[in-house]
Amino acid sequence: MIEVNNVTKMYGNYPAITDVSFRVEAGEILGFLGPNGAGKTTTMKIVTGFIPPTSGEVTIAGYDIVTESLEARRHIGYLPETVPLYTEMNIKEYLTFMGKLRGMSGGRIASRTDDVVGVCHLEDYYTTIIGKLSKGFRQRVGIAQAILHEPEVLILDEPTIGIDPIQVVETRQLIKDLGGQQTLILSTHILPEVSQICERVIIIHEGQIIAVDSPENLAERLVGRERVDIEVKGPQQDVIKAMADVDGVQSVDRIPDEPGQVPKYRVQSELGVEIRAGLAAKVVNAGWDLLGLEGVVMSLEEIFLRLTTEEEVVAR
Amino acid sequence: MNTLTIAVKESKIYFSTPGAYVVGAMFLSLTGIFFVFDITAPFAEASVRGIVDWASFFIVFLAPILTMRLLAEEQKLGTLELLVTSPVRDWEVVLGKYIASYLILLMTLALTLYYVLLLYVFGQPDTGPLFAAYLGLLLHGAAALAIGLFGSSLSANQIVSAVVGSAILLILSFVDRIGEVVTGTAALVFSGMSMSQHVEDFSRGVIDTADVVYFVSIAAVFIFFTIRSLETRRWR
Repeated sequence: MIEVNNVTKMYGNYPAITDVSFRVEAGEILGFLGPNGAGKTTTMKIVTGFIPPTSGEVTIAGYDIVTESLEARRHIGYLPETVPLYTEMNIKEYLTFMGKLRGMSGGRIASRTDDVVGVCHLEDYYTTIIGKLSKGFRQRVGIAQAILHEPEVLILDEPTIGIDPIQVVETRQLIKDLGGQQTLILSTHILPEVSQICERVIIIHEGQIIAVDSPENLAERLVGRERVDIEVKGPQQDVIKAMADVDGVQSVDRIPDEPGQVPKYRVQSELGVEIRAGLAAKVVNAGWDLLGLEGVVMSLEEIFLRLTTEEEVVAR
Repeated sequence: MNTLTIAVKESKIYFSTPGAYVVGAMFLSLTGIFFVFDITAPFAEASVRGIVDWASFFIVFLAPILTMRLLAEEQKLGTLELLVTSPVRDWEVVLGKYIASYLILLMTLALTLYYVLLLYVFGQPDTGPLFAAYLGLLLHGAAALAIGLFGSSLSANQIVSAVVGSAILLILSFVDRIGEVVTGTAALVFSGMSMSQHVEDFSRGVIDTADVVYFVSIAAVFIFFTIRSLETRRWR
């Protein structure tokens, strides 16, 4: 349904995204996860045809977003990061205007407006001026306009940003309910959000896709631990036992190596706990030789660390 | 169809917000004052010639105020993103907005027909020059609104938009002064580009095809610029 092939976008000499390719099948919910400034919004804007890519191509339902833009745009419902609302209109006027722009007939606009107002729980505010609505309600109006014309493709850029926790939960449920009927791309910097809603996740960092997987598999890869590789010359069983006693250590494993080399161990700890000093002291005090000590940097985990963790609490 | 949808939406906003009323009221009161001066002067003639000259001058400042919101606001609210990702062509957006602003101009000018009515009640004006004068105002207004709309496409800030629009209009109005200090072809070019030169014919009661073509071209060129400006905004 959505095909993105080798898309690169340069802002001057600075690449916002580099060689991004992915496919989204019909009915799939894809999460686009990355820290702020990773290139999520740029990708969304290219996919919706708001900005053209520097190179590469995007097709929506078989139509090229640049050369067959108008056809492609007919199939898209889009909620940009800053919710685009005419603050001087009321919800009814706004949705009617958007319906007309999408070429819907008067009758269809009327029935669909009733539907989406129901789906987004906006019944009580039908004739309220949008400028007077709270942020959460505005977000819902934004979603309502995106789904109004029953687009095959729905693109939501950070749909839960800046709204209160209860509304976040409701908005996520709403998005989840939409899945199945529509092909959906959801961009976010909040990890639990994708694991709740999405079937497949793309992690983007510094403009490049670094992982594509299901949320379950990613969660396994992103166990949320820090790792230290340590080389110690000494009796294996004793070394493992001693190191496991150090504060903060969760597990110690022997890393298989060539015979004759110094034994290497992988020590895991909780995220953000510094164990290297403790490990070194323990090994030296026991009289063994400490030959190597190295924190293992895992790019995925690095990025995981930079994803919002405070909102995690809220989401659970 | 999309053009009409956008024109209707913009017209509704014009009628539901104070901006257009203020601009209309200013235009009417200013032209009204100069109309009174004109017809109460000794040996006054039953014509609108006096106010047409002034009206053209006010248009330079009032037209950009009328149009400044049209595209600047869309950029500020982020609704432009919605508009251009909808199955709507850029020219439909621009034309719809232009039509809405022109409608306000038409209504304001329609209200000044009251002056004409007074002339007919208390004097015997020549219908020909009156017709020429109004045609001139309609054409000058068309060009000025297109320039104002172009200004609005350049910035998300309404004030900046209005200032840019007025600046372009002022330059086009007084460019004939450069024509006075240079000679030869350059002088002809500069005075030919000047709006005030072309307005003058109309206020004298002359309908010259060259003047008509001038204003229609200016309007068309700036509407075209606005469409291009909207397109390049997405390139940045």
